[in-house]
Amino acid sequence: MSALAEPSGKPAAWLDTHGDEAEPRVGFFTDTSVCIGCKACEVACKEWNVIPEDGLVWSGESYDNTSELGANSWRHVAFVEQRKPLKVDGEDDTATLDVTGTADLADGSAPIDAEPLRWLMSSDVCKHCTHAGCLDVCPTGALFRTEYGTVVVQEDVCNGCGYCVPACPFGVLDKRHLPRKSDDAPLALPLLGKKEDGRVWKCTLCYDRLKGGHEPACAKACPTDSIQFGPLEELRERADKRLDKLQAEGWNGAQLYGRDPEDGVGGFGAFFMLLDEPEVYGLPPDPVVPTKNLAQMWRNTAIAAAATFVGIAAAFLGARE
Amino acid sequence: MTHDGSITAVGTRMDSYYGRPILKEPVWQPEIPCYFFTGGLAGASSVLHLVASLLGHKKLARRSLFIGAAADAVSPVLLVSDLGRPERALNMFRVFKVTSPMSVGSWILLVSGGASSTAAALELLGKLKPVKVLAEIVAAATGPPLATYTGTLIADTSIPVWHEARHELPWLFGSSAGASAGAAAVVAVPPDEAGPARRLTVGGVIAELALMQAMEQRIGFVGEVYKRGAAGKLGRVAKVCAASGAALLATRGKRSRFAAVGGGALVLAGELALRWSVFRAGFQSARDPRYVVEPQRERKTR
Repeated sequence: MSALAEPSGKPAAWLDTHGDEAEPRVGFFTDTSVCIGCKACEVACKEWNVIPEDGLVWSGESYDNTSELGANSWRHVAFVEQRKPLKVDGEDDTATLDVTGTADLADGSAPIDAEPLRWLMSSDVCKHCTHAGCLDVCPTGALFRTEYGTVVVQEDVCNGCGYCVPACPFGVLDKRHLPRKSDDAPLALPLLGKKEDGRVWKCTLCYDRLKGGHEPACAKACPTDSIQFGPLEELRERADKRLDKLQAEGWNGAQLYGRDPEDGVGGFGAFFMLLDEPEVYGLPPDPVVPTKNLAQMWRNTAIAAAATFVGIAAAFLGARE
Repeated sequence: MTHDGSITAVGTRMDSYYGRPILKEPVWQPEIPCYFFTGGLAGASSVLHLVASLLGHKKLARRSLFIGAAADAVSPVLLVSDLGRPERALNMFRVFKVTSPMSVGSWILLVSGGASSTAAALELLGKLKPVKVLAEIVAAATGPPLATYTGTLIADTSIPVWHEARHELPWLFGSSAGASAGAAAVVAVPPDEAGPARRLTVGGVIAELALMQAMEQRIGFVGEVYKRGAAGKLGRVAKVCAASGAALLATRGKRSRFAAVGGGALVLAGELALRWSVFRAGFQSARDPRYVVEPQRERKTR
């Protein structure tokens, strides 16, 4: 596998780097319109990938106590509560649901809260971008593109430099600050050694399960098929049909996110059907891979370096010592 | 569809997810802004040394060589210390990736640091003159890239205040490096032999202050983090220290060794604060989802 990616920011395509071993590109289509917020995906992911527990906190943010993707959460179910009708025409069954339980008032008065309320749930995950910023900037080659077109961190190579963390336009990757496991490699440099795990972790799209011919754990566990796994081309076709259906039914704000191969990251390997704008779910509305401008940035750096040299030399002009 | 900013059942506005950040804050520790400073000091000192020795400024040349070599020696220690897995530091040299400024920078530091410490060691030993000269040339050639790549390293991220400033950052870091090398030499060399170092310091500070101003103006909305919090405080410290130090050098640096040392120290403090201000600005920029959403939303609807 070539260690070199192109300076344009275009990543080495897996078809080129894996040759005969390349498999069709696979991914997720997460259809949030059928997500019921059960978090089976989060649990299945933690179980299968042996992700450590990282503290139990109560966020006070609806039913979401996971809060964000990170080193120890590779699936994250967002819960968005909105006073907004589910359908565009406002005629919405859920609008008259007794969500507050006030219909049972003894005096038989009308519910206090007759406003429409909808609850959006969405299982977020690493996007496995076509142009992956994390992979581009990784200085060790720990991050690589697999034969399935997914983006994976090699835990035995990552040295915890942390560059991928701010490079990701979605804030997916993070360093694991939990203690090292006792059976982990001993500290080679006692003075500089750290007791924390110190490496960066993220969704592998269950690389090991793919190798065994299985679908990823989250998709397997999802009871409503909100998380669908398969060849990306197939998923895109299915998603287009689903969007037509939701729009025909008048669902408010239904939109595909990350389906377009022409977007700033070349399309997601794991894309979504959302029911509102991406930022409502904590997602960037128009993500662009930072390395998109890298060729220009290197040219600029070279000129700045030359200018620095000239500037220092110029300080000697007129000197007579 | 229109975005109505409606209020949720829990009372937060809907243009973000409970006001949570979209991006992750960098995981880099204080070692990194210190390295931006020492790397810049090392790179610019290597150039200062070569030009000074070519033009016969013996004392300035010799001391710049040692300053550069010392800064080059400290730099990798800072970088290794910041790693989550310091024992895997050598994994930086498994590959060479032009898409990763950190990969390119690791190789630059390896070559530049190796060359400057070789030159300094041979200078001390007084041996192998041709090898020493070659090492000096290599160190001077790789010094400016060492001083400027760090600006591109942070610009090549999704952090708005860094990525949007990609045009200015390598120039800002290059100017700051020049000022650092000049100021360190001014402290180390008697005033009557430090003329070029003084001019370099003053010129570097003027360029850097102008670039900082231009950067904050051009990046607009996302640049407002430089007016707030730690980035704002450090930025003000940087400007005051660098400007007053340079003024002191320009007015009294030639006559008084005391003023020269004071002015040089002020500038050095200012340059460290500058790197730290830029560093902290990235954290503040990552923390507020508005800096991610608003420019992207504007771009999308344009």
